[in-house]
Order: sequence, then structure tokens, then C-alpha cells
Amino acid sequence: MRVPFLAAAFFAFAIPAAADPEPSDWDTVLAEAQGQTVYWNAWGGSTATNDFIMWVGERVSEDFGVTLEHVKLSDTADAVSRVLAEKTAGKDEDGAIDMIWINGANFNSMKQADLLFGPFAEQLPNWQFVDVAGKTVQTDFTVPTEGFEAPWAMAQVVFIHDTARLSEPLGSMTEILDWSKSNPGRFTFPQPPDFLGSTFLKQALIDLSEDPSVLQNPVDDANYDAVTAPLWSFLDELTPTLWRQGRAYPQTGPRQLQLITDGEIDLAISFSPNEASTAIANFQLPDTARTFVLEKGTLGNASFVAIPYNSGSKAGAMVVANFLMSPEAQVRAQDPSILGYNTVLNMAVLSTEDRAKFDALELGIATLTPAELGTVQAEPHPSWMTRIEADWIKKYGVSE
Amino acid sequence: MNGRHQTERFRFAWLPYLTLFAMLGPLLAGLAGTVAPAFGYMPALGTRDLSLDVFRSLMAWPGLYDAVRLSVTTGFLATAISLGIVTLITAGWVGTKSFRILERLLSPLLSVPHAAAAFGFAFLIMPSGWIARLLSPWLTGWDRPPDVLIVQDPYGLAMTAGLIAKEVPFLLLMVLAALSQSNGTRRQIVAQALGYGRVTGWLKTVFPSIYSQIRLPVYVVLAYSMSVVDVAIILGPNTPPTLSVQIIKWMNDPDLSFRLQAAAGALAQFLLVIAAMLVWRMGELFVAFAGRRWIVRGRRQLLDKTLRTVGFTAGVITAASIILGLAGLVLWSFAGFWSYPDILPDNLSLRSWARSGAGLSDAAFETMIIAFASTLIAVFLTIGCLEAEYRYNLRITRRSLLILYLPLMVPQTAFLPGLQTLLLTTGADTGRLPVILTHLVFVLPYVFLSLGDPFRSWDTRYATTASALGAGPDRVLWRIRLPMLLAPVLTAMAVGFAVSVGQYLPTLLIGGGRLQTLTTEAVALAAGGDRRVIGVYGLAQTTAALLPFLIAILLPAFLWRNRKALRHG
Repeated sequence: MRVPFLAAAFFAFAIPAAADPEPSDWDTVLAEAQGQTVYWNAWGGSTATNDFIMWVGERVSEDFGVTLEHVKLSDTADAVSRVLAEKTAGKDEDGAIDMIWINGANFNSMKQADLLFGPFAEQLPNWQFVDVAGKTVQTDFTVPTEGFEAPWAMAQVVFIHDTARLSEPLGSMTEILDWSKSNPGRFTFPQPPDFLGSTFLKQALIDLSEDPSVLQNPVDDANYDAVTAPLWSFLDELTPTLWRQGRAYPQTGPRQLQLITDGEIDLAISFSPNEASTAIANFQLPDTARTFVLEKGTLGNASFVAIPYNSGSKAGAMVVANFLMSPEAQVRAQDPSILGYNTVLNMAVLSTEDRAKFDALELGIATLTPAELGTVQAEPHPSWMTRIEADWIKKYGVSE
Repeated sequence: MNGRHQTERFRFAWLPYLTLFAMLGPLLAGLAGTVAPAFGYMPALGTRDLSLDVFRSLMAWPGLYDAVRLSVTTGFLATAISLGIVTLITAGWVGTKSFRILERLLSPLLSVPHAAAAFGFAFLIMPSGWIARLLSPWLTGWDRPPDVLIVQDPYGLAMTAGLIAKEVPFLLLMVLAALSQSNGTRRQIVAQALGYGRVTGWLKTVFPSIYSQIRLPVYVVLAYSMSVVDVAIILGPNTPPTLSVQIIKWMNDPDLSFRLQAAAGALAQFLLVIAAMLVWRMGELFVAFAGRRWIVRGRRQLLDKTLRTVGFTAGVITAASIILGLAGLVLWSFAGFWSYPDILPDNLSLRSWARSGAGLSDAAFETMIIAFASTLIAVFLTIGCLEAEYRYNLRITRRSLLILYLPLMVPQTAFLPGLQTLLLTTGADTGRLPVILTHLVFVLPYVFLSLGDPFRSWDTRYATTASALGAGPDRVLWRIRLPMLLAPVLTAMAVGFAVSVGQYLPTLLIGGGRLQTLTTEAVALAAGGDRRVIGVYGLAQTTAALLPFLIAILLPAFLWRNRKALRHG
């Protein structure tokens, strides 16, 4: 392998890295961002999200001269792999990825492996509007973000049901189990480790636990079995009553919507309170679909954007991250007819004019009001999810 | 004359080496990048100690047995059944009007990308799919779709059926290319004059020579069916999935240490494919042995009528499953709300197409550029190699050329990540060129497979005659050989184009996701399960691959309308 060896030797003597932009010096960032192209790697499975990102691209191009390219991922981990491969190969400058839509375990992996640029998020001008006190925007699955990722949307678990077949909301995991037993084959969830499927497992664990607060600390061998025992006995009863007797699962969240429309299932989990309304408008759900939350509350978390350490357009990426936190972008994202993601901003600090725009948004037909959404439960530490996922796969994922 | 030959040698002799380098360099570097982590060496993750621990954890994965079993059964079943169908169709019907109709129906279906075909097929056969809707509820009484596991069944039968539907057109095209280079028709006429039935006569007198020409494509089908990812994701089981799908899952795990296990799995998949080929080879020897005795016995008939009907029916079902599947994609791309058990959507709308408009045309442009460039390079190198082999009797020939087929036999997941690292190290990671060169690694073997045998089987007495009339080797190549081989050359180009259009992992990994082709877009959107958008991109992808095949079929027929023997592709 002569060629790579020579090239590696050449790169070893290459010029040292140019200085990274300083986020607190915003004018310099803006000047540097002018003309840069930002490759934003974001999950491309949702038409509504893709359209929103295209709009963001138009806006940052008009105002800041930044060109935004949406790289549509089928799995965010692809982007993590890419940055890792670049680091392996010693490509520490001008990597292929400038920004990633990220949270949870992917963020934790990248942060621990020093693959991220930052801190930058809390120096961005629009950080002043962010609801730091009321929303979990400084921790990501309990891991402190420390400014290495900027929040842009809030998510909360809701359950979508087709009222034509399942008219009443179900208030707890136990009720879901009872209903599924008397209506076998009408419920399923995305197959873990799909993030939404894993979310269902976490949601079940929290709802069934006497004391979910232990989940805020990293998993501990001493208490793991005892803490997760209710979850496994729940799943042992639930699985045989699932769609296809649990011998097959939908691979992603949106796939469940298709199953409802195909008449195959009546109940699905979602991480976006507005997803059902948007899907009805897009013909993806029957107009009899509605949503509910559990009586004790449901899991909530934030979506973030992070910048890889070797991006060649860090200034441009920060400009986009800052724009995503602007009232203009946030009000558009929250509009159920467009995207329906809840805002990360604090209404109290917005100008009257901006607040009026949020107030003017109409709720979608299947969307719950903030009051109806009830208690937002905190995400467990990522180590719980990793361990539960692995055990679920061992118990149910290779069963046949 | 002598000096001229020296120049000749200089001009052509390096092409085979260049071709081998274009293939071997990336492949070996990529494999090294796979082998090292499989034995625990991955400095980026801080592991440098060589050991067998990774293989131990692979063996400890509880799904391993099922994943391996699935890989083996789908591979053998899909290959054997598609080969059987193609053989029966050709044996029973070649030369008839029905055969030409079937050929016209099946050949273009080769260009339908696997993912699009699989989506269409799934919508046909699932419990809430089109067939069930046609019969419900008036006949079946199913107000709700029955809760039965048809798609994603644990035995991989749906997946095998989907693969067969796609491999029959591929093998048929290969058989047709081989037929145009053999005197099968005459042999069959002689056999029939001796009282042999159509099928029996063809099997006894033509099949042996045809099979020797399509052996490598058959191996490719075997390797492909064992390690396919996209079809397996759509139609295959998930508890557990096939080995190759599981490798991709490990590759994508946010816990980066699973990358080691993925490498070990990739190596295992590689060895599994090699073992399967050896078994298939033994099967060939057995069939040859038994076949020879059967031929010698001289029996004139063997269920000829039944076999003809079976072959024709199987061909029609194959064509219908893809065509109806595509029709499903067309409808979905225009569908408004469409629920079970409605046979048609409530309303039609252009919205899905309008929403995709800009992204769709960009992706189509990118797809065309990459496919056209890689195919042209591949055809140039292939013809150069074959011509050099012919002119100088260079013994690059069969054995060394087997190396050329490695990229088709090595699962893509086994060497692409390593290849990505190689390109990054040389600083060549961005832009279109590396992606084109990586596509070349996959396009070249298909072009070679498609063109090599027809090229070699060309009757060189034409060249002798031309030389006697004073034509130099170049003139023979350009004025006689290539024009006579127009149909196979165009077919090879169309195959290369379709292969490039269908590439997902190479485009994604080497292009760093920055190059968006119809296929990368379609697979990314498929994650969302929105059948409307899948329909739009699946159709766009199909169209991109279809055009070259139309040209490959129509152009020779037009140019050689007065040369009967040259018309067949």
C-alpha cells in the first residue's frame, strides 16, 4: 500500500490547522460565514422536516450568504461513523459534515470521543431567548451539553390512536397491556434499537416503576435487575399480543402511521405531539386519528444540532444553529401545518410581537394543548437505554 | 511490420494492468481495513491488541445461527429457482413468438432497482396489500387485514421470492447474450429432427454450452442473494435479520465498539459466500456427471409439455409481480388518502411529485453523471483488456480475471469502510471523482461479465479474413469486431449504468453523503415509510436505469435491421 503511505507521510507534514472561529465574536463569525457551504446531516425520513430544512436553507442564504445543503440520513449514526472514519484517517480539517441533527446516545458517543467543536451554543446571540429554566436544553439524556450542541426543537411522547377503532385514551402502560390482551395484533412499536422503539421501552419502565428517579443516575449492576424487573414481566405478557405476535416489528416510527392507515394496527407511539395532525394533512393518517398521553406524564427531550470538530464551515454552521433558535424559525417549526415541533424558546422574554405570532398558531386537529400534554418526564441516563436495548434484543429481537 | 507490433504492444498491454489496479487497489485496501478490526486492531477506538475476542463476541451473538441460515437458504433458493425458471423459459420457448414477448417483458425489468421492486412486491403480497384488497372483504370476509406474517417471515420466503423476481431478468439477459454467441438454434433443430422434445433437446444439446458462459453471472447471483441489504431490509425478517443486515446495524450502532464486531461479521459473511460457491461448484460437477449419463441414455422426452407450461407460467408470474408492483408505486406517488380495503386511492393528486420536484431533478442529474462516467470508463477498460488479451495472447485470462469478480463476491460492507479510510488518507475524499471510481469497482465486473464471453466467443475467422484483405488490427477492431458486437456492448453498458444507478453504500460512504443520487435519496426517504415519496423516488430511479436498456434493445434492431444474425442482444 504505497500510495496511502506516501499520502499519510505528506499529510504528516501538512500545514497546521487554521484557527477556529470564536463564537462570542459574532461579527467575525458572520463575516467568515459569508459564502460558506454548510452540509447539514439530518434524518431524511420525514417529508415535513425535509421541507422545513429547505426553507431554512433559503432564509440563511438570503440573510447571511450561507449555502445550506441537507444531507438526508436514514440513520444519524451514519454521520457519527463518517466523522470517526475521518478522524481515523487523520482528516482533521474540512470534513464532509458541518452540522448534525443529534441527541442522546449519538451525542454522548461523539462528545466522549472528542469529535465535536465547541463549546459554542450558549454564546450564540439567540441563546438569550432559550428557555433554560423551563426546558431540558442544557442536558441531553441527563448528559450535560456544555455548549457542544444547540437546541432547536422540543419533543414529547404521545400515543396516536385511531378513534374509529380505539375510541378512548389509555391512561397507563398497564391499561395498554390490558387493551392489547383483549385486542391481540392491534398494537406494535418500532423495533429497538430504533430510537422510538427504545423510547417505548423507557416510557414503559418509567410508567411501571415505583421510583423512576434512580434512572437519572448511570446504570448500576447492583440495582439493574430489580429496577427493570417490572419492565420485563410487562413485556413478557405484552409481546405475544402484539402485531404479528411480536415476530416482526415496524423498523421506524413513521412506518407505524402507514400500518394504522392500512388498518393493521390501532395504536402507535410518537415523539412529536403534532405528528398526527401533520400526517392527517398529508393523507398519511385517517382523520379519525387523535393523540393522548399517560396519566403520570410522558418522556420529553430536546433535539439539538452539533458541529463536528473537523468541519470546514464552523462559522456557517453556527449561523445556521443561531437561525434555528430565532423566533422566526421557531414559530414556523411549531406551526402544525408545516412541522409542528414545539419551541425551545421562553415566551416571557420574547418581544410582544413575536409572542403574538406564537399565540396565533392554531392547534392541529389531533394535537393536545400544552395543559393536556401534562407532566414532562426526564430522559433516563443514556446507559440505561443502552443496557435495556441490548437486553431487549437478546430476549425478543432474535427470538425466531 | 515488426516495429509496428512493438508500438501495438506498448499501446494496449498496460490496459489489463490498469484495470486490475483499479479493482485490486480499493478492494485489498478495503479488506485490510476490515480484517484488522476483526482481529481487534482499530487505533481510532484505542484498541491495538490482536486477539480473537471479537470473533468470540460474534459467536456469542444469539442470532448468529439464524442469520447464517437465512443467508444460506435465501442464497441457494433464489439462485437455483431463478436459474431453473430461466432455463425452462429458454428451453421451452426460445425462437417462438411467446418467447419474444416474454423477453420484451422481462429484459427491461432488470433495470428496476432492487429497492423499488421490493417495495412494489411488498405492497402486493402483504396482508393489507393489493392482492388481499382485491379479494376483501367480499370473498375473504377480512374487514381488517389478517394478522399473518407474510412479509418479513422468519424463513425469508418473501425475501427469496422478491430476489427471484429480480434475478430472473438478470439471468435471462445473460442467457440471451450467450445465445447470440452460440449456434444453439441449429443444435436444437438437429435435436428435434432426431425426435427429441423441445425442452429435453435443448437441455441436452444447448444448455451445457450456455451454462459454461453464464457460470460467473450465476455465482454473482448466488453471492448477491446471500449478502443483499436493501431487499432484506424491506422483505426479510428482523428477529433476527440476515447476517448482512445485522452487519450494517452494528456498523451504525452509536456504540462505536460494535464496529469491531461488524468487521468480524463481514469477514464471516465473506467466508460464507466462498463456502457456498464451493458447494455450488460441487453441485455443478454432480449435475454434469448425472447429465452426461442422461444424455447418453438418449431418452427423447421428459415431461416436455408440462415443463414448457411451468416455465412459461413462472415467467409470466415473475414479470407480473414486478410490473404490478411498479403500478402500485405509480399509484402511490399520485395517491391522496388510501386505506385498507380500498383497491384505489380516495383521490389523486400531484402533490407528492410537486413537493419532490427540485430535489428530484438535482438527484437525477447527479445520478446520470456518475453512472455515465463510470460506465464509459468501464467499457473502455473492458474492451481494452479483451482486445489486448486477444492480440497478444496475454494470459490475463480466466484465473486472474476471477480477481475482477471479487467485488461482486465480497459483501459491500466488508470492504467499503476500509476503502473510505483509504480515500480519506489520500485526501481524495470529496467530490464526484472518487465516487465515480468507486462505482467503477462495481460497474467494471458487471460490464466485464456481460461483455467478456460474447467478445471472446466472437468468431476470429472474420479477423483472419479481414487481415488477409489487408486490414490492420485496429481496423479489424473498429470496423468489424465492435460493430458485430454492438448488441452485447450496448447491453453491457446498460447493465453498467443500472448497476451504478442502484449503488447505495458506495455513494453514501465515499461521497460522504454530499453526493445525493436518486438511490441515496430513495433509501433515506424509505426510512420514513411514506409510500407516496417512496413511489416518486422509486419511479425516478427506475426510469434512470430503464433508458439505457431501451437503447440497448432498440438500437441494434434499428441499425442491423438488414442483418438478421446480429439483431439479438
